[in-house]
Amino acid sequence: MSITLVLFLIVVGITLVITAWAARRTKTTVQFWAAGRQIKGWQNGLAIAGDYMSAASFLGIAGLIAFNGYDGFMYSVGWLVAYLTVLFLIAEPMRNTGKYTMADVLAYRMSPVPVRSAAAFSTVAVSASYMMAQMIGAGSLIKILIPTLDTNLKPYFNWDIFGTHLDPSITMVGVLMMIYVIAGGMVATTWVQIIKAILLMSGAVLLTFLVMLHFGFNFGHFFDAIARVKDKATGLNFTQPGILYKYGQKQVFGIDLALIDNVSLGMALILGTAGLPHILMRFFTVPDGKAARASVAWAMGLIGSFYIMTTFLGFGAATLVGKANICAKVVNGACVGATNSNLAAPRLAEFLGGEFFGTTGAEFLLAFIAAVAFATILAVVAGLTLAASGAFSHDFYVNVVRTHLLHGHVSEREQVLVARITAGLVGLLSIWLAARIGATANAAALVAGVAFVIASSANLPAILFTLFWKRFNTWGAVACLVGGTVITIWLVAIGPGWTLPAVKNPAFPLQNVGIVSIPLGFLLAIVGTYIGDLVKADRLSEVTFHEIDVRAQTGLGAEPNPVAA
Amino acid sequence: MEVGKPVPAPEAPRPELARSGPPLGEEVHWEVLEQTEEFRDLVRRRFRFVLPATIFFLVYYFLLPLGNGLAPNLMKTKVFGEVNIAYLFALSEFVMAWVLAYLYIRKANTVFDSLAAKVRARAGKGA
Repeated sequence: MSITLVLFLIVVGITLVITAWAARRTKTTVQFWAAGRQIKGWQNGLAIAGDYMSAASFLGIAGLIAFNGYDGFMYSVGWLVAYLTVLFLIAEPMRNTGKYTMADVLAYRMSPVPVRSAAAFSTVAVSASYMMAQMIGAGSLIKILIPTLDTNLKPYFNWDIFGTHLDPSITMVGVLMMIYVIAGGMVATTWVQIIKAILLMSGAVLLTFLVMLHFGFNFGHFFDAIARVKDKATGLNFTQPGILYKYGQKQVFGIDLALIDNVSLGMALILGTAGLPHILMRFFTVPDGKAARASVAWAMGLIGSFYIMTTFLGFGAATLVGKANICAKVVNGACVGATNSNLAAPRLAEFLGGEFFGTTGAEFLLAFIAAVAFATILAVVAGLTLAASGAFSHDFYVNVVRTHLLHGHVSEREQVLVARITAGLVGLLSIWLAARIGATANAAALVAGVAFVIASSANLPAILFTLFWKRFNTWGAVACLVGGTVITIWLVAIGPGWTLPAVKNPAFPLQNVGIVSIPLGFLLAIVGTYIGDLVKADRLSEVTFHEIDVRAQTGLGAEPNPVAA
Repeated sequence: MEVGKPVPAPEAPRPELARSGPPLGEEVHWEVLEQTEEFRDLVRRRFRFVLPATIFFLVYYFLLPLGNGLAPNLMKTKVFGEVNIAYLFALSEFVMAWVLAYLYIRKANTVFDSLAAKVRARAGKGA
């Protein structure tokens, strides 16, 4: 048995033990959705970091920097600064006014049926796009890093469902995430995320340390080496901006296209995080607003340190391994087949292991980084499954269909049962969808970007206006939740990059659509509100503003921590 | 009752509203609380920190992509060795985020929390 397979089985084993432990603590809805609100601030900080730093940010950013130099670092910067929006405007008010999902906060002021349905729609759209990117990435990663596993799994997952042949690796990831969430709910998800965050940080620290060891801890030498790496197409060296964003080539409305694209990406990154349902959900797991604040502080420390280290991983791979040698299959030290930027961190680990610890070291470090990447994917997809099933079961089934349309009372038992069933359905659907679109895997990174844009164009205006704008009403909320989502998907669909091969003159010129869709989302919220006002559809929302205003700011009447209460 | 001028029916409380959070009893009058000096002070102080801080971090953040696109030669200027302004500026974004977060949390722990506690105490006394 290879080292990779052993480490991989250890990760699976540990997470399953946690799940078994968590399952005994998951009986009620508050336990299933919010881990009984007993997660400590620092634990939640680790879990947020674990929920947030996806394989795209670990392998993807390292790869972007390894292939394009400095420009790849832009993502890293945006992903940290985003947490200021969360800290200043979202974290504490969310904890003070919400219960289990984002829609709980909106339904405080608005008519529950339309607003919960609309929020469920945007939540599913965000989570599904994010999930697809993770699952497709997981499938290709496992095939490359642990090829024996994929082959071994084949006999067990050899199914055709509705004409789609299931992918063994994707199916296994999907089955694991279903076990965590169905059995252990938020408790299991939280601890899987905490362990992943610790693994990911250790991996990054280890690689950073070894890169610096190689350069004798001389920052100057490291940068001299980076500056010697040149991009062939632009002639720039890797410390310089402009390789990924080719400034001064094309113009739209008289403005540099690359510049607009870059600013547009930044907007989605720093505003989108505050609207990601699986991140927002984490704030309901802590005892109070103060702990929510502390958890953002912990998360920012971890996430920031990690993203600074991405430059060491990326530049390290660029200088020590080289773009030409970063690929899926290496035979006798040379690439067979095309280069693959996702392999930058694993190949760097292999190189450093070999340099300092010989052949076994190379094998072990590569296996370790593969296991870290695998744990990373598991933690993120578990959080996404929980968010999506929260939208289906808590928002739509329990609060729209059963409570308001059928005027029924839903028992705790039924709520938890339905939560588990929807988590299972979300899992199955993701496995199937990911296998189905897996063939067009080039779109994976783009799909993940879409999640941030929908979150910032649909969810963010709805949350901010609910908390801070007195006149905001149901019409405005539904307008931005549905409109923001639809506009984003539509703009991406008619833009470049979606259809492969890329269209020469797409109807919409930008790859990153945030710069158009985010202002439109806010505009829809405002216009919708005034139309709602004109038709006098919703008079309660202004009255209830006083309540949410006081609650959000002071934590008065917030959902209690069951132990304290 | 005057005809043609419908009296607005007293709004029935939404079933939803009673659900989030523990029952607070009848004595909490949100609108009254909202008008208290303590609450207005809390909102004012929070606003005075959050608004400028948000504007500052948005401007600071977008200066980076704008600088890279509009003044590439300035950003490529080497500061020491091969380390250029572009990389140092990007690193400073991390420091900026951490410092602003630290300042906010310090302020929240010392100022906002005690004001919020005062408002909650008033509610307990049936403000």
